[in-house]
Amino acid sequence: MSIRTEEMVLNMGPQHPSTHGVLRLELTLEGEIITKVVPHIGYLHRCFEKHCEAMTYQQVVPYTDRMDYLAAMGNELGYAIAVEKLLNIQVPERVEYIRVIMAELQRIASHLVAIGTYGADIGAFTPFLYCFRDREKILHLFEITCGARLLYNYIWPGGLSHDLHPDFVRLTREFIKEFRPNLVELNNLLTFNRIFIDRTANVGILPVETAINFGITGPMLRGSGMKWDLRRDDPYSVYHKFDFDIPVGEGKMGTVGDSWDRYYVRVREMEESLKIIEQALDQLPEGDVTSAIPKRIKPPVGQVYTRIENPRGELGYFIISDGSTSPFRVKVRAPSFVNLQIMDELCRGHMVADVVAILGSVDIVLGEVDR
Amino acid sequence: MIYEFFYNLVGNEIIAGFIAASLPLLLFILPFALIAVLLERKVAGHMQDRLGPMRVGYHGILQTVADIIKLLQKEDIIARENDKMLFNIAPVLVFTGSYAAFAAIPFTSAYIGANIDLGIFYIIAVTGLVVAGILMAGWASNNKYSLLGAMRSAAQIVSYEIPTILVVLTLVMFTGTTNLMTLSENQTAYFWNWNIFGGPELSPAKFLLIPSMVIGFFVIYISTLAEVNRTPFDIPEAESELVSGYHTEYSGMKFAMFFLAEYANMFAVSAIVAALFFGGYHSPFGYLGNSLGVEWLIPVEQFFCFTFKGVFFVFVQMWLRWTLPRLRVDQLMTASWKYLIPIAFVNLLIVGIITLI
Repeated sequence: MSIRTEEMVLNMGPQHPSTHGVLRLELTLEGEIITKVVPHIGYLHRCFEKHCEAMTYQQVVPYTDRMDYLAAMGNELGYAIAVEKLLNIQVPERVEYIRVIMAELQRIASHLVAIGTYGADIGAFTPFLYCFRDREKILHLFEITCGARLLYNYIWPGGLSHDLHPDFVRLTREFIKEFRPNLVELNNLLTFNRIFIDRTANVGILPVETAINFGITGPMLRGSGMKWDLRRDDPYSVYHKFDFDIPVGEGKMGTVGDSWDRYYVRVREMEESLKIIEQALDQLPEGDVTSAIPKRIKPPVGQVYTRIENPRGELGYFIISDGSTSPFRVKVRAPSFVNLQIMDELCRGHMVADVVAILGSVDIVLGEVDR
Repeated sequence: MIYEFFYNLVGNEIIAGFIAASLPLLLFILPFALIAVLLERKVAGHMQDRLGPMRVGYHGILQTVADIIKLLQKEDIIARENDKMLFNIAPVLVFTGSYAAFAAIPFTSAYIGANIDLGIFYIIAVTGLVVAGILMAGWASNNKYSLLGAMRSAAQIVSYEIPTILVVLTLVMFTGTTNLMTLSENQTAYFWNWNIFGGPELSPAKFLLIPSMVIGFFVIYISTLAEVNRTPFDIPEAESELVSGYHTEYSGMKFAMFFLAEYANMFAVSAIVAALFFGGYHSPFGYLGNSLGVEWLIPVEQFFCFTFKGVFFVFVQMWLRWTLPRLRVDQLMTASWKYLIPIAFVNLLIVGIITLI
């Protein structure tokens, strides 16, 4: 007699503590082993791209904030660069420097969330709060700059909404000084913890060829050992003036491109961001930040594609102008959306608990996946 | 002693036994659970650079009371697809399992719920009920997460019972008794007589035994952590994977029963570790009551010492919980079958040889 067996379908999400938002993963399980993963997205779809067509160029800025809400400064920066290219205007030096400082602070804040929630996914809850404690200080810096803590509407096409707060430079330097030892503490507590390594090393290995075929970018691609960073390889703003390393996965604890590598790339990127911020603060020129902001944005007919290195990967804006005050079409290449499609490839053959570990290392933000 | 007191009072063996055995529930487990839940939150808070509950009462001391009241008022949700009978029995069974263990735990030389000769094995057997309860909860919830949690839990508890029993056997072989009362009594006052320091007899064997005892302590402590589903072995209720495992579907007082059982269990296993290795209720430095000549003070001191030891190990459990990540289910099995069980076996052999010589 044979017993009839069948695979179990488990719906992970949309309400689940570790799908990082309203993602639904349809897992097909053989016992605890995964045979198939189908991500279902769209629970947070807000028609960003269509919305833009009814807005003027300036009005789009607050909407870009709401895509990758953990890296709003980066979204604004990408959009601002795209519109400036369309208008063919030059922004003052000071603006560029402040933008870089903001984008890098935002990268640290975003990676802190990624790392903290990753720890919480693996079961270590304390690093999560340590990360949020440090992120809070960055949010405070943003708050004194522009009044907002999450969705800033700070980087505008042609300039910035406000100049820096008089205390900003001092407070940022203090933050860097405080944050370096905290990073060491975080590494001791989580990164080099034996159990954490056991859970993440050799889990969800992403070979570099697969990563390129899938169009993976950002820390995920670098975790697979590819030294590709738009800040260096396709410099925008003033990134070419700074000296920084591009950390890549080395397979220190397992195989190159495993979850631990992806995680550790983020940790080391934070150190590099600190370096960039320090250099930018040293070189920060004086000047006016609002002088180049156009009163009315009416670009000539044409199209533009710009890409920047957001914390999650390559964020691209494709804007078509029909010569009016609002864009004819805005298309966003969202890194999380592209990175998420690898889930099935990475999860097959692993266990349910590994799905959480892999999803955490992909580091998605649903606001950006669904837009 | 307390049993005799009640026996004289009511003149009926069964009723007296009943009262004596239910004393720890009323006088100890409930207040302990209240304090332990608060302690956990405070410990977590301070470890995580925050304050923990601060609003209800002075520094939040009434927080758990408020929580219990909240849970009492909550709707007791039973979904249509649940197996109602099993769903209702499960929390009771889990709680019974962990509560029954308290009957054989010697709190002082004057009080033990039931002085059973097979005390330590009784505890291990009766906590086995918890597995049945958890499986029942997982099955009756008719929820895939609950089922996965329950299956994991059953596998985990069963495989970690083996190293626990092996270490207990080591101790039994060495002390020659399975009665926890006698076991505690043997490790008379002063800490160098504790089993972890090779027991009360002063002989060369005592010093040979110390490493084995320390290993045994670590093995049993790790496996009891797994048995009470605490981090790094909290896989059955792994929040980030299985929402909250077998008690996902429970609400209100039924959830509180699981919660209470968890904390009662935490103390029970800590108390067993304390009784086996750390002198049970004995004070490490002799008794104030002895030197003052006040006899009734001794049990009070013993109770204090025993609770202190138990709470200390509970604190270590909390400490671990807020420090370590969680193992994966296969790594958990590996840890038990490939490391703990062989170590416990070899340890058993070594202790056997030493005791024979």
